[in-house]
Amino acid sequence: MSAFEVSGLTASFGGERVLGPLSLRVDKGDKVALVGRSGAGKSTLIRLLYQEVGRDASLVPQDLGLVNALPVFHNVFMGQLDRHSTWYNGWTLIRPFAADRSVVSHLLGELGMAEKLWTPTAALSGGQRQRVAIARAIYRQSDLLLADEPVSALDGPRAHQVMALLRDRFATSVVAMHDVELALAYCTRIIGIQDGRVALDEPSDRLAASDIMSLY
Amino acid sequence: MFSYPTVRTSFIFVAIALVGLLFSDIAITSSNPWQDLANFFLGVVTPNFFSSEGLMTALLRTVAFAFVGVAVGSASGFLLALVYRFLPVRIFCNFIRAIHELFWALIFLQFFGFHPLTGVLAIAIPYAGIFAKVYSEILDEADPGPRNLLPSGTGVISAFLFARIPDCWHQIRTYTAYRLECGLRSSAILGFVGLPTLGFYLEASFSQGLYSDAGAMLILFYVLIATIPIWVRPKLLPIYVLSAPFFLGEGLPIVWGNVARFFTQDIVPAPLRNGEGLAGLVPWLNDLMVNAALPGIWNTVILTQIALVATGMLALLAFPLVSNHFGGPVRRTFGHVFLVIARSTPEYVLAYILLQLWGPSMLPAVVALALHNGGIIGHLIGRQTNGIRLRPDAPKGFNRYTWELTPRIYRSFLAFLFYRWEIIMRETAILGILGIYTLGFYVDSAIQNIHFDRALVLILITALLNIGIDTLGRYIRRKLALQTMPTC
Repeated sequence: MSAFEVSGLTASFGGERVLGPLSLRVDKGDKVALVGRSGAGKSTLIRLLYQEVGRDASLVPQDLGLVNALPVFHNVFMGQLDRHSTWYNGWTLIRPFAADRSVVSHLLGELGMAEKLWTPTAALSGGQRQRVAIARAIYRQSDLLLADEPVSALDGPRAHQVMALLRDRFATSVVAMHDVELALAYCTRIIGIQDGRVALDEPSDRLAASDIMSLY
Repeated sequence: MFSYPTVRTSFIFVAIALVGLLFSDIAITSSNPWQDLANFFLGVVTPNFFSSEGLMTALLRTVAFAFVGVAVGSASGFLLALVYRFLPVRIFCNFIRAIHELFWALIFLQFFGFHPLTGVLAIAIPYAGIFAKVYSEILDEADPGPRNLLPSGTGVISAFLFARIPDCWHQIRTYTAYRLECGLRSSAILGFVGLPTLGFYLEASFSQGLYSDAGAMLILFYVLIATIPIWVRPKLLPIYVLSAPFFLGEGLPIVWGNVARFFTQDIVPAPLRNGEGLAGLVPWLNDLMVNAALPGIWNTVILTQIALVATGMLALLAFPLVSNHFGGPVRRTFGHVFLVIARSTPEYVLAYILLQLWGPSMLPAVVALALHNGGIIGHLIGRQTNGIRLRPDAPKGFNRYTWELTPRIYRSFLAFLFYRWEIIMRETAILGILGIYTLGFYVDSAIQNIHFDRALVLILITALLNIGIDTLGRYIRRKLALQTMPTC
């Protein structure tokens, strides 16, 4: 069953085509890794997919889109602003409800940063900020994840832990990443992008790291 | 050097001011100006804090009017900022902030009388217009990233509260606190039209020659403003805002009959009121233009241009006083004190004092405007030079001033100056109330003669003139690619 299907996607920058025309069908249950050289068009593709699929997907953009002035809790809570009334949300800004606090705190615990619940986001390190954006995407509880280099600032073991969490929490995902080993370990399908076009599209169990390296 | 557009523009403005000087009346007319000035300074150094109990009340009222006026202005300005993208709202806001607080006070005095509402609205209305503009600019600059990531069903208000306000909150708070300082100055000068704030007691002390009382009042006012960071705390703010309305004083009750009469009779142009119809309107307007509006505009523009150039020269002379690149800590401390005094004293108070000492002419007005505005700009660009790192073997003294620093800060200096152009004009017009023949003089005379219809037309003309200068100033700043943050 198809999670989404797009065709004829194109993007131009300054009059020069950087992506496409490109067609893509992603089935439910697919864990897609987008790999390719930097500048190949991975970020552009993620952004276009988000526009096509609409806001029902969870997105982790490369620049994370955090509200720096708010603490970690509120940044994560923003993933569910649509589920509550304006009053509930407004009150949460002043004094969060215990139920939400424990859910968010538990989620942050899984990401190894439970103690940062009330830290202003601006005071976090790059890796911590990345995990806040991931926590927000998970808290959103949608079926589809679109993520652009979500673990680029995390060290080895932490990156594995987070990728495993993302794999378990989303039925379907499209994740742009440059780490080939992680892509093979946590994704079921590898799509290689080269010069704005699909240069490779194979199930990951049929590929070895060396097959992918040819794209770089 | 003339190949730089900034330099060419500067010389054009200097030339305009020099031509303006030919047509201006700059003179010291009092018989004993230096003796009076010496007496005044003697009063300031021998302040009398215990002359009357009215002093503390006046201080309290000044703070109360400032808090209530700025709070109301800030709240309404915030609501206006949300719809600021609509042209009619922008025009409306431009218009209400083009009219000076004192003009608003003069209007409200005619029908609310000496009721506290007069003072509150006189501050709140123009401030709402300014807040709307600045808040909307701040809100527009919020990072759009988080907003684009919100789930699709998120309500407008929730999105605004989470993804927009927190990002701007710091800037909104800083600007509002800064405006509170301006509000204290506005509140103080409302006393000059009879409200129970500092200006009222200052005028009373001066007219009786009680310079020590006046000195005490000025010193208290500086202390009040200089200690704002100490007594205005985020935690205390709700207490101040909620209790301030109870300290505005009783004033006099509003006579609602006056309100009705003001709108249905007083401000209706005389020929229409007397049934002469539209035919009578032409000679009436003609008389108004020839005998009040045109001379008022002429004097306002001349005085503004002279004051603008004087402000610029003073700012350029004053910034080394607070710059780390010159002098030792002792010199800089005195420089700071001088500039704090210059910029904390409202132009109106400075002009009033100088006018008492030197007699009526344009001179006190020019000096007052230059001191206040030059103090502000000198402080800002002096602070800016502290961020400049010079090479270790950079020249010292006068060469450092002319070759290293002035060229580097000249663009932001011009940006501040052209930003304040409109503010200087607004103040110039209002100084007319003190007896200088700018637009404020003709407005004040019309009100004294109970010609509110004429006064209102003159106020409208003043507002349009301000809007025109504001537009021109913005055009020049854009032409020269100058950028600046708002100052008041």
